[in-house]
Amino acid sequence: MPIQAQLFITCLAEQFYPGTLENMVRLLERLDIGVEVPAAQTCCGQPLFNSGYQGEARRLAASWLKTFGASRVPIVSPSGSCVDMVRHHYPELFPEGAPEHGLARDLAARTFEFSEFLVHRLQVADVGAHFPHRVTYHPSCHLLRGLGLRREAKQLLSAVRGIELVPLRDEETCCGFGGVFSVIYPAVSQAMMEAKVRNILATGAEAVVACDAGCLMNISGGLRRAGAPVKALHLIDVLASQDGAL
Amino acid sequence: MSRESAPHATQSVDISFAEYSEKVPENIPTALERATNRFLGYRATRVAELPDWESLRQAAHEIRLHTLLHLDAYLERLEERVTAAGGQVHWAIDAAQARRIVLDLARERSVRMAVKVKSMATEEIGLNHALEETGIQAVETDLGEFIIQLAGQGPSHIIAPAVHKTREDIAALFREKLGVDAPEDPQELAAIARKALRERFLAADMGISGANFLVAETGTLVIVTNEGNGRMCTMLPKVHVAVVGIDKVVPDWESLTVLLRLLARSASGQKLTAYTSFITGPRRSSEEGGPEEFHLVLLDNGRSRMLRDPIGRETLKCIRCGCCLNVCPVYRHVGGYAYGWFISGPIGAIFTPQILGIESARELPFASSLCGACAEVCPVKIPIPQILLHLRRRVVEGDEFEPPSAPPSLRFAARLGRWTLATPWLYHLGTRLLPLLQAPFRKGEWLPDLPPPLNRWTRARPFPVFRGGFRRFWDGRKGNPR
Repeated sequence: MPIQAQLFITCLAEQFYPGTLENMVRLLERLDIGVEVPAAQTCCGQPLFNSGYQGEARRLAASWLKTFGASRVPIVSPSGSCVDMVRHHYPELFPEGAPEHGLARDLAARTFEFSEFLVHRLQVADVGAHFPHRVTYHPSCHLLRGLGLRREAKQLLSAVRGIELVPLRDEETCCGFGGVFSVIYPAVSQAMMEAKVRNILATGAEAVVACDAGCLMNISGGLRRAGAPVKALHLIDVLASQDGAL
Repeated sequence: MSRESAPHATQSVDISFAEYSEKVPENIPTALERATNRFLGYRATRVAELPDWESLRQAAHEIRLHTLLHLDAYLERLEERVTAAGGQVHWAIDAAQARRIVLDLARERSVRMAVKVKSMATEEIGLNHALEETGIQAVETDLGEFIIQLAGQGPSHIIAPAVHKTREDIAALFREKLGVDAPEDPQELAAIARKALRERFLAADMGISGANFLVAETGTLVIVTNEGNGRMCTMLPKVHVAVVGIDKVVPDWESLTVLLRLLARSASGQKLTAYTSFITGPRRSSEEGGPEEFHLVLLDNGRSRMLRDPIGRETLKCIRCGCCLNVCPVYRHVGGYAYGWFISGPIGAIFTPQILGIESARELPFASSLCGACAEVCPVKIPIPQILLHLRRRVVEGDEFEPPSAPPSLRFAARLGRWTLATPWLYHLGTRLLPLLQAPFRKGEWLPDLPPPLNRWTRARPFPVFRGGFRRFWDGRKGNPR
């Protein structure tokens, strides 16, 4: 029986990065994973939760739990931030003893961020990718500090054929996205984004890799505004690459 | 307008993070980057020397939480021991009462000049202003505090109150306010301040301090400084008054040791500060040095209310090292004054709304990208992002402690958003329509200019185009895998 996975595609990736989601399907199938995409999924509720609307977020969390709880199969997502929401905040949203609380804890334990799923669950470090380019890596905050995944993405990247992985100065500093933060305090968000872009440009990399659609929207936009030809790619896009095209 | 000095006669403070963040003085990010990187560099070295750093943090967390949960008992013991050592304990329920206690002590003794050790508690109650209004000169003796007092400002960093000022700023300030020829050289500037301060130490008839810790076991006040001014202020004048938050109590010397090992390392990256003063009561005989009177003003000012909130109360574990400011990319850009009160950065963003009430500080819990860098370094493991989220909820939804303060229109928008997202057919319809609806704004692969509120995004960078389409791909693949 091959390993199965339910894809938790996340609303941001669905709206802005469907190509990455397609790559995720292809890559997982190449690794012999049987993939499912629960049709009723929408958004995990993180934007509302982070804005303080816990009551509204609870409603979305309940839908999410129903959608993904219908199957025992592990859940995989291309976003550290959304997995952090499910793993750490869903159980808090429901009082202990409530049926949703138990379900939330159960699903929290089998919901994985993509690089985590590969390295820890599948124990794969080399996915057979080919990407002969100079690349730097920005670790997303919730991946790094929320889920404690400090080395997984780098481990996967260093196994890519032809890649030149260069260190990013202040890599662990937030890029300034922060969801609603970016529109509540735009000047601060911009200053943080510009610092990140300056550090990326200083590496001379052709592409910066991250594991979250939010950071990618922010960083790619910043690179665009700076007139820099540097690409912002999801880790999955690099790992899915076999022809080496940038 | 956000105010640059501590609140005065009342505790009503006007906090406008948004407004300030749009007009951060140009030199602030540069000055802060330099200073905070220096602190963090030293800290990294000190932390690397201690293989048991994480277990120390855990121990500190447990000590602080335990003390907070049994605060009444430890405060009683503290009062008993301070009194037994010949000191006098005063209880202040709020800032106004604390000011009144200190002013009465000063007036009864005809005090004309008080010298002060750097203290966040006296900033919290706006003591300097109250003293000045009564005609008592209050002189800050910590170099950083001395500088900002000359400039008429409050502290912009917990341990480095003048961190936003460059040496050029300080030289200009000394020339203007002290009427001396001040070169732009840190050592010479320090020498000028030292000379000005020496005269005042000798002339002062009251010393005022805060405390880093209060040891309940022996009734001992603990003050850490690097300049030795703490000893001068608490030894030379005839009267020593300490204003200290009730959260500063530690049970015993063993607990104190754990916290002292963490404090300086986290703050300035020192193993210990140059001076650690332990003060137990006034002087005991005429032969010894020290003040004739020792008064301890224990300040509540909303802390016991905070203790009732199981999430928010962890804020009170804070030992004021300032490390969360140093690592915070938001603080590093805007500086301390954006936070509108004496305490800033991530800890200010959770402390201020709980002390002053959510209404006047409702912008602060949102002044964070929730990156979590603060919680990672906090020596007492305060879950700052979790408390920020807790307070965001208090702002928009209200909770058992305070009613909401956000406009009902926002709640309506949130409800509408939730309804759209929780209704799959509507969400799917949106996913299909948005790529079409965006056409008027589209330039190639980008949306460079969007209408409000998304113009707050596009002023800094373009928005990516809505693509959608994954479900079509998936449905096609399902029918015909690989």
